[in-house]
Amino acid sequence: MAVAEGGVKPGKASFLYDARIRAIIYQVVMAGAVVIFFAWLTMNTLDNLEARGIASGFEFLNHPAGFGVPFSLIEYSEASPYKTVFILGVLNTLFVSAVGVVLATLLGFTLGVMRLSRNYLISRIAAIYLETFRNIPLLLQILFWYIGVLQLMPQQRSSIIILENVYVNNRGIFYPALQAEPGFMAVPIAFLVGLVATIILRGWVKRRRDATGQGFPTIWVGLGLIFGLPILAALVTGLPWTWSIPRLQGFGFKGGSVIVPEFLALLLALTIYTAAFIGEIVRAGIQAVSHGQTEAAHALGIKPGTTLRLVIIPQAMRIIIPPLISQYLNLVKNSSLAPAIGYPEMTQVWAGTVLNQSGQALECIAMVMGTYCIISLSISGVMNWYNARVALVGR
Amino acid sequence: MSTQDYGVTEPVFTPKPDLPPPASTVGVIGWVRNNLVPDWFNGAMTVVALLALYMVIPPIVNWALFDAHFVGDSRKACKPNVQIVRDKVATKGIMPDGTTLDVETTADRIVVPEGVIPNVRWERKMVEGVVRAKGREYAKVVVEKDVIIEGACWVFVGVRFDQFIYGFYPKEERWRPTVVIGIGLLLIIYMLTDGMPHRGRVAMFLLIPFPVIAFFMFSGGVLGMPHVDNAKWGGLVLTIIISSVAITGALPLGVALALGRRSQMPIIRWFCVLVIEFFRSVPMITILFMALVVLPLFLPPGTTFDQLLRVLIGVTIFIAAYTAEVVRGGLQALPKGQYEAADALGLGYWKMMRLIILPQALRIMIPAIVSLFIGIFKDTTLVQIVGLNDLLTMVQLAVTDAQWIGLSKEGYFFCGFVFFVFCFSMSRYSMYLERKLHTGH
Repeated sequence: MAVAEGGVKPGKASFLYDARIRAIIYQVVMAGAVVIFFAWLTMNTLDNLEARGIASGFEFLNHPAGFGVPFSLIEYSEASPYKTVFILGVLNTLFVSAVGVVLATLLGFTLGVMRLSRNYLISRIAAIYLETFRNIPLLLQILFWYIGVLQLMPQQRSSIIILENVYVNNRGIFYPALQAEPGFMAVPIAFLVGLVATIILRGWVKRRRDATGQGFPTIWVGLGLIFGLPILAALVTGLPWTWSIPRLQGFGFKGGSVIVPEFLALLLALTIYTAAFIGEIVRAGIQAVSHGQTEAAHALGIKPGTTLRLVIIPQAMRIIIPPLISQYLNLVKNSSLAPAIGYPEMTQVWAGTVLNQSGQALECIAMVMGTYCIISLSISGVMNWYNARVALVGR
Repeated sequence: MSTQDYGVTEPVFTPKPDLPPPASTVGVIGWVRNNLVPDWFNGAMTVVALLALYMVIPPIVNWALFDAHFVGDSRKACKPNVQIVRDKVATKGIMPDGTTLDVETTADRIVVPEGVIPNVRWERKMVEGVVRAKGREYAKVVVEKDVIIEGACWVFVGVRFDQFIYGFYPKEERWRPTVVIGIGLLLIIYMLTDGMPHRGRVAMFLLIPFPVIAFFMFSGGVLGMPHVDNAKWGGLVLTIIISSVAITGALPLGVALALGRRSQMPIIRWFCVLVIEFFRSVPMITILFMALVVLPLFLPPGTTFDQLLRVLIGVTIFIAAYTAEVVRGGLQALPKGQYEAADALGLGYWKMMRLIILPQALRIMIPAIVSLFIGIFKDTTLVQIVGLNDLLTMVQLAVTDAQWIGLSKEGYFFCGFVFFVFCFSMSRYSMYLERKLHTGH
C-alpha cells in the first residue's frame, strides 16, 4: 500500500509541473479573468445607463445636429443630421493630415539634406530647427500659431496684402477663387492624360534603355506632357473659367475663397513639428548608406548628382520609409489636438460637440477610436506591404 | 672607433622644413573657403542663409532683449510712457477701381513729455491702410506715421512665475513639492551616474517607496502638514507629476505586456498584442476623453473618482503600450545565446528573465526609454483638454487674464523655453548613452 501511494504522489506532482499543462491552466485563468472583467464592465455600464436614462444605440445619428462649423468640405448646414457631421469630421481629419503629410515630407527632406550639407551655416540652421521644434510640445505650437500669431493679425479692414488680391487678416487668408464654366472639365482631363502618358513613356524609355542603352529626356518630356496638355486644353476651350475676387464690403470680405485660421494654425504646427522628426529620419537614413557606395559610384564614373539619385537615395529610402510612415501615422493622430483651437475634425466635432449634445458617450468614443484604428491599421498595412517589397533578398 | 677611421665625412642630407600650407587652406580663410564657399552653389546658399538670418535674428533679439521690459510688477511697466498724438491728415485715396479721390485720415505722432526718458523705441515709416469712402467702399491710403517698436513684456512672466511653476498650490506649502522633486532629481542623477554603489537599490527605492512618500508630501494630511486637494496641484509641478507617474507605472506594465507578447501561449500572446496595438493606434486625446466620460460608466454606480487619478490611469495604460514595444525591441536585440545559456543553467522562466534577460535588455533600452519619456513629458500638455492645470494651461489662463491680455507671445515663449530645456537636455543624455553603448562595435 505504502509503495502504491508513493508511486501515485510523484505522478500528481509532475502533473502540476508539466509545462504544457501549466500553460493551459494559465491561459484558462487569463481568459476567464478577461471574460469576467468585461462582463463586470458591461453590467456596470448597463446599470449606469439605466440609472441615467440614456438610451444606447445609434438612432441619434439621424437627428439634426443644430450647430455650425467654420470649415467643411461637404454640403453642410445646421439642419444636417449627426451622421453628416461625422463624415465631415472624418473628411476634415483626412484633409488636414493629407496636406500636412505632403508639406511635412517636403520640408523634412529639405531639412535632412540641409543638415548633411558641407556648408557650415546651412547645416547649423537645419540643426537648430530640428532641435528646437522637436523639443517643444505640439499643442503649444498649435496654440502659439493660433492665438499668438493668427489671431493677432490685423482686422479685415486693415488686411495685409501679400499678393495681388490675396489678403491676410484675423479671419484667415482670402484669395481669388476659380469658378468653372462649361468646358472646364477638359483641363483636369488633359492633366490626367498627361500623367498617364508620362507613366507609359517612362516604362517605354526604361525598356529601350535596357535593350539598346539609348537615353531619353524623360523628365522634360514628362513635364511638358503633364503641364503642357492642360494649358493647351485651356487655350483650345477658350479659358473656360472666371475668377471670384475677394472684395472688402461693409465689415468683411465678399467673394473669393478663404483659408480659415483654425485650419492654418493646425496645418502649420503639424507640418513644422513633423518635419523636424522627418528631417532627423532622413539625415540618419542617408548617413547609414556606407561611404563605399559613393566611392564605388564615383569609381564607375557616375556624376555626383546621378550618384545621389540612383545610388544613395534608393538605398537610403529602404531605411527611411518605415520610420517615415510611422511619422505619418503620428501626424494623423496628432491632428486630434484640434479641439484646442476648434478646427472641426473628427475628435473635435464627435468626441467634443456631438458627445456633449447627445450624451451618447459610449457610441461617440467608440466611433472615434474605431475610425482611428482603421486609419492606423491601413497605414501600417501599407508599410508592411512596402517593407516586404523592398526588403533585401537574402542570398 | 673614432671618426677618423672613416676618412672624410660626407655632409648628411637634412631635409628643409616643410613649407607652411597655403594661406588659403588654413586659419579663418581656409575654414571659410572649406565650409562656406567651397563652390559657387554653396557660396550662393551661404548668402541666402546669411540674408535669412539677418531677417530673422535681429527682430527676435530686439523684441526679446533690447526692446523688452524686465522690471516692474504690473502691466503698467510695459506701457509706453510717451504721448501718442493723432493728427488729421488730408491725402489721396485709391479706390478699388483705380480712381483716386481726396480723403482725410489720421497719422500718429510721438511726443516725449518733459523730463521723461522714453522706455520704447519708435520709427517713422510709410504705412498702408484703408479709409471708408463713398459709404460702403474703402479706399487705400498711404500715410507717414510713428510706429512703436514692439518689445517683450517679461514683467508678465516674472509676476506669474510662481503660478507657472506651482499652479494653485498654497504659497506657504510650496516647499513640499520643491523638496520632493529636488530629492527625486538627485536620486535619479545618482542612479544614472556610473560607478556609484547601490544603484540598483536606489532604483528600487525610486520605483516603489518613493512615489508613496511623494504622494503624502504632495497631498498632506499627515505629520501636521495641511491637506492640499489635488485640484490645486498645477503648473510645471503637475507636468512633472503626471509624466513621472506615467513612466513609473508604464515600465512594469510595459515589461509585462512585452513578455506576454513574446509568450508561447497563444491566448496570452493575442491578448497582449490586442492591447498594445489598440492603444498604439488611437491618439492619446481619445484616451483622455474616454477616461473622462466613459470610465465613470464602466464602474459600479456611485463610485466617484477624482479627475487626476482618472487621467493618470488613462495616460499610464496608454504609455505602457509604447513601453511594451520598446521593451520588445530590447528583448529582441539580446543574442539568442543568452536565452540558451540560461536554459542550459536550468533556470526557470522567471529566474531567467529576472537574472539574465531583463537586466541586460533594460540596459540597452535606456536611450529608447528616455526618448519615450521626452514624448510623455510633451504629451502631458494634452491634459489641458480635460481640465487639469499643467504648465501650458497655467500659461493659457494667464494670457487670457484681462490684465495681461495680448501678451500671449511672451507666455508661449516662456513655456516653450521651459519644455525645450527639459527635453533638449534629456535628448542629449540619451544620445550620450547611445554613443557609450555603441563602443563595443
